Amino acid sequence: MLSIKNLHAKVEEKDILKGLNIEIKPGEIHAIMGPNGAGKSTLGNVLSGREGYEVTDGEVIFDGKNILDMDTEERAREGLFLAFQYPVEIPGVSNLEFLKASVDAVRAHRGQDPLDSVSFLKLAREKCKAVNLDQNFLKRGVNEGFSGGEKKRNEIMQMMLLEPKLCILDETDSGLDIDALQVVAEGVNSQRDPNRSFIVVTHYQRLLDYIVPDYVHVLAGGKIVKSGGKELALELEEKGYGWIENGAA
Amino acid sequence: MSEEINQYIKSEYAAGFITDIESETLPPGLNEDVIRFISAKKGEPEWLLEWRLKAFEIFMEMEEPTWAHVHYPKINFQDISYYSSPKSMADKPQSLDEVDPELLRTYEKLGIPLHEQEVLAGVANVAMDVVFDSVSVATTFREKLSEAGVIFMPISEAVHKHPELVKKYLGSVVPQRDNYYAALNCAVFSDGSFVYIPKGVRCPMELSTYFRINEQNTGQFERTLIIADEGSHVSYLEGCTAPMRDENQLHAAVVELVALDNAEIKYSTVQNWYPGDENGKGGIYNFVTKRAVAHTNAKVSWTQVETGSAVTWKYPSCILKGDNSIGEFYSVALTNNFQQADTGTKMIHLGKNTKSTIISKGISAGKSQNAYRGLVRMNPSAEGARNFTQCDSLLIGDKCGAHTFPYIESKHPSAVIEHEATTSTVSDDQMFLCQQRGIDPEKAVSMIVNGFCKEVFKELPMEFAVEAGKLLEVSLEGSVG
Repeated sequence: MLSIKNLHAKVEEKDILKGLNIEIKPGEIHAIMGPNGAGKSTLGNVLSGREGYEVTDGEVIFDGKNILDMDTEERAREGLFLAFQYPVEIPGVSNLEFLKASVDAVRAHRGQDPLDSVSFLKLAREKCKAVNLDQNFLKRGVNEGFSGGEKKRNEIMQMMLLEPKLCILDETDSGLDIDALQVVAEGVNSQRDPNRSFIVVTHYQRLLDYIVPDYVHVLAGGKIVKSGGKELALELEEKGYGWIENGAA
Repeated sequence: MSEEINQYIKSEYAAGFITDIESETLPPGLNEDVIRFISAKKGEPEWLLEWRLKAFEIFMEMEEPTWAHVHYPKINFQDISYYSSPKSMADKPQSLDEVDPELLRTYEKLGIPLHEQEVLAGVANVAMDVVFDSVSVATTFREKLSEAGVIFMPISEAVHKHPELVKKYLGSVVPQRDNYYAALNCAVFSDGSFVYIPKGVRCPMELSTYFRINEQNTGQFERTLIIADEGSHVSYLEGCTAPMRDENQLHAAVVELVALDNAEIKYSTVQNWYPGDENGKGGIYNFVTKRAVAHTNAKVSWTQVETGSAVTWKYPSCILKGDNSIGEFYSVALTNNFQQADTGTKMIHLGKNTKSTIISKGISAGKSQNAYRGLVRMNPSAEGARNFTQCDSLLIGDKCGAHTFPYIESKHPSAVIEHEATTSTVSDDQMFLCQQRGIDPEKAVSMIVNGFCKEVFKELPMEFAVEAGKLLEVSLEGSVG
């Protein structure tokens, strides 16, 4: 599904990723943990092709294609989805309008006709229900005045609508209380599929109680310094990141 | 991001073609003879010629205003032709069938319905007056309107058919001495629309005037006069385009609205004059005076979507003369490339308990400059008057400018004036969110800008709102950079 080899990237002339390697097979969930400033969010941005994030070496093969030459929107249409840590507001643009534009663009890329408004509305309402968001959120501006938890649920709803192949959850747990965390985790778990993979980026082990990963990687100093099964997360929780960083240095 | 935005702002001006038609055009120059010529051409009565000459005298004494936040080379008024008419209009056609087919094709290309049956077959319920350079070429649905007692005709015709109304109201809202360009318009105005809605009548359809400048080196100086008699109601739409030409062309119009007691006028404009090319060459100088007077309990609402013109200088205003009268101004002004706009409104509160609302949305892209200039004045007589102003600016890219010049004068202690202003940008984060969801950058910008303008678009008549959204999309092409 995703093969990252020797990835180097810099932001504003500063090297952040320094030789990162990950292999992800279809249906797997990989958690990426690490201390602040390790490059966790950078990874999501680099994979999405965000402007300002410059890849200086390495390769990224997604579903058999080299995506580093693709524009952001093209990667998204190929099935790469990034759930944001801090979803931005777009005042005046209704959530429904935004979602329809997004789904239409992805469908067009797959050679499918756009959904008519009625079918789309029905589908969007279903997904709202699945993440426990009131239908009124479809009429409101994108993330406009949403609480932290509502924004995150809105992200998961978008993921459900777009049915991506690879979902990157960037610190989705930040700013969520336990109840909201459970709703979000349930949403993610409901999307688990033998053909869909996840990268769960998080600082805390807490989220992984709800979204159980197949593999856990520790990102420090711009590379993966340790990989293991889900029990690695518990070990990190107990000992902190210090022991690995020191070991790596 | 700004690099991406700029790439998408490069726009094609779809209305930029030239109609190849024989015209009778006055040689450039401005003097008393020119004014006498225009007046004679229209067979005007003596009083109107005198009125024009008086205006010319005033104009010659006045200085060109320089207070606006716009810069352009000094206009040489002797280089402009003040009258141009398609030759085929010399023997004025009596019906659409007699109108030059080349002219009809022009409007077809612009998507303006002139054949009444086409209009009836479509969704729009609109009567049109069509002004081509200095003359009105067609007015549709006149019979249907006259059944309701509504008068809708070129002002040059109204001068003859309804001289008492024209004489009473012409210049009553915008007098000759009002300002430099208004004085010029009073002297040389060529044509425009005249509307009278009788007492208690709700106009059965939208009225619309479509203005087009075609001939080179001509100016368009139209004059529109709308009178809504007591208790009547009318909604009026105005659209404008011009061919792409390298020279700047002058458009100095005057619009006067009179809303008598309990009447309501809704005036909507979609202004898409040629804005000049991406290097700032050519384009229309749009120096327009629009003003309404609202009598007791009357309501006047201005809605404008301004995307065209190289330089815009325009302040549709309301004089809230009668008690309880209401004035509204909803504006979207978009500038791109080297366009400059200085636009806003004046709300002059004279009557008791008068109310005004101003919602202004300025969007600047490219290297353009966009200024909001607004005056809210509560006179000593305006007990209990209220105003609410909201003035928002959106910047696209980092080479444009947004400016706000609000003037507030309150001379009554009971007046309530609120002013809110924001400035925002189309942010990298917003663009990234859209693109990460598979949306094209152009589509993303137009969606964000449309969202920003939503409060104003909802004031436009339905079919116009859709047009306006599309127009913004086209005008923004190449703004993503």
